Amino acid sequence: MADHLETRNSTTTLAGPEPVLAPGHTYATVTDKIAAVPLEVGWPRFWIVGFTISALIFGMLLMTILWLLGKGIGVWGPNNPVGWGFDIINFVWWIGIGHAGTLISAILLLLRQQWRMSISRFAEAMTLFAVACAFLYPTFHTGRPWLAYWLLPYPNTMAMWPQPRSPLLWDVFAVSTYATISLVFWYVGLIPDLASMRDRAKSRFAQVIYGILALGWRGSAQHWNHYEIASLILAGLSTPLVLSVHTVVSFDFAVGLIPGWHATIFPPYFVAGAIYSGFAMVLTLAIPMRAWYGMQDFITMKHIDNMCKVMLGTGLIVAYGYAMEAFMAWYSGNLWEMFMFKNRTTGPYGWSYWSLIIFNVLIPQVLWLKKARQNIPLVFVLSLVINVGMWLERFVIIVTSLHRDFLPASWGMYYPTKYDWSMYLGSIGLFLTLMYLFVRFLPSISIFEVRTLIPRASKGGAH
Amino acid sequence: MPRKPLYGLMAEFSTPEELVQAAHRTHEEGYRKFDAFSPIPIEELHHAMHLKDSPLPKFVITAGILGCLGMFGFLYWISAIDYPLNVGGRPLYSWPSFIPVTYEITVLSAGLTTVASLLLLCGFPMPYHPVFNVPRFKLASRDKFFLCIEAEDPKFDLQRTKEFLASLRPYEVSEVEI
Repeated sequence: MADHLETRNSTTTLAGPEPVLAPGHTYATVTDKIAAVPLEVGWPRFWIVGFTISALIFGMLLMTILWLLGKGIGVWGPNNPVGWGFDIINFVWWIGIGHAGTLISAILLLLRQQWRMSISRFAEAMTLFAVACAFLYPTFHTGRPWLAYWLLPYPNTMAMWPQPRSPLLWDVFAVSTYATISLVFWYVGLIPDLASMRDRAKSRFAQVIYGILALGWRGSAQHWNHYEIASLILAGLSTPLVLSVHTVVSFDFAVGLIPGWHATIFPPYFVAGAIYSGFAMVLTLAIPMRAWYGMQDFITMKHIDNMCKVMLGTGLIVAYGYAMEAFMAWYSGNLWEMFMFKNRTTGPYGWSYWSLIIFNVLIPQVLWLKKARQNIPLVFVLSLVINVGMWLERFVIIVTSLHRDFLPASWGMYYPTKYDWSMYLGSIGLFLTLMYLFVRFLPSISIFEVRTLIPRASKGGAH
Repeated sequence: MPRKPLYGLMAEFSTPEELVQAAHRTHEEGYRKFDAFSPIPIEELHHAMHLKDSPLPKFVITAGILGCLGMFGFLYWISAIDYPLNVGGRPLYSWPSFIPVTYEITVLSAGLTTVASLLLLCGFPMPYHPVFNVPRFKLASRDKFFLCIEAEDPKFDLQRTKEFLASLRPYEVSEVEI
């Protein structure tokens, strides 16, 4: 009996064959290795090349915006009846991508998933940058972005208030709350690491900058006492927040009466889709980063495997959503719903629906195989496929539902213009530019959280 | 030359267990004004140092409730009283449609209060603190553990406190200048 207990204890302390932190690390090596990326690695060639390309694409975004402001939003493709085009497709796509960061840092924290610790920091950064990209679209779609503050309720000489019964107003609050809370959550998480950077920086300039940002963190027991509870509360607040944001985004559609939008499945289906695309983007970014900076010790195969499983799970929920849309179109007996579905699958945009099914439902089923989840190049390609698939999903929902509504007299087609495309590609440039800057100047893996993964030597007992 | 005034005495340890043990002993010895510094959060310190529970959650729930009631009341006021707008004959007090915004503002006020209280309770931003004067204190954010007994403690006596800290078998004991 005693022997039996012994073996069980020893296997649990080993944490299985695939550890979330490579063996042999100490507090010092973890700190040195992660802090070295911003402090000592400097300007490697892959960084300079990658950053330059991203910054050039970002420049294209700035030029597009300049043109857009000069000419008005008529340079974009939306028309009647397709009043929402790339602007909303990309908005929803970016917001969705952001969700993985919050899920990893908040929900997985509450679920005590230790593997989240080494990917949470840059997943959160990804959230912030994705939300920044998302903000571009509704802001510039207003046509006069300098008046965007009209969206907020404030006492004004027009004696008007925004309409609180409109999902578009809910969206303003949901997205700006999400951006704000993600920003403070990310910053609070950074404070102890910024102190590590301050203490390890060699140049006076870096010491001062990191010192200001670290706010005077000393790692005192009093600090940790408040800090731990604050992180837990922020995680607790972010968890329902992340679920609510994409729910509210889906209300933009579901509260409308357009066939193909007016569905109760939308909130859960949007949230699952958001997490699906978000994890795909985390993998798209993590795979090159761990290779370039030699971070395989911290982002192990266990992480890749777990993220693939999350994608598989949320992908199946999304597939269920597609199936339900088809089923409800038939089961409702509603003429317009049935027409919408027929038009979506066999109409002029049928290609987009079937590519979506192939990209989002069929190809990712490879992830059932452990061999596929362990094959890094394959996982990288799959993550790109899912990113494209999730973009297509938003295209299908928005364009195919709008372009043929109730009256054939008002039917039309939507073609994105080159400014739609340059704005979309440009926002990817902005996203990557911010990611490159983040990896260069801040610790992209949470140092203090990874330190807690190191087994405490003489804790006594087997627990 | 007169001695510079001291902030306290600091002992350095190399494992979290030694720090917890030291904090425990320090409290037992009767010291009350002391602090422990570590690169990782150590739950056991809470008991060893007899720290009070953080009041932070109380601030957060208060702000959350105020934000929730405030926003709901505000939405009621703008839609039913200050700017009544007939939308397809729907009631002016259409409370279900107020829920999403009320919810977001509840989370926002609670979240911002969490951060504000954290900064307030920790006394941030505080770019200067005497403990930074100890050269090896830089390692408190890397892999070393420190315990500092403040000179303000009524039991503090340079010689005796130094001896006490030495009895805890630290790596070294240093004087913290103000």
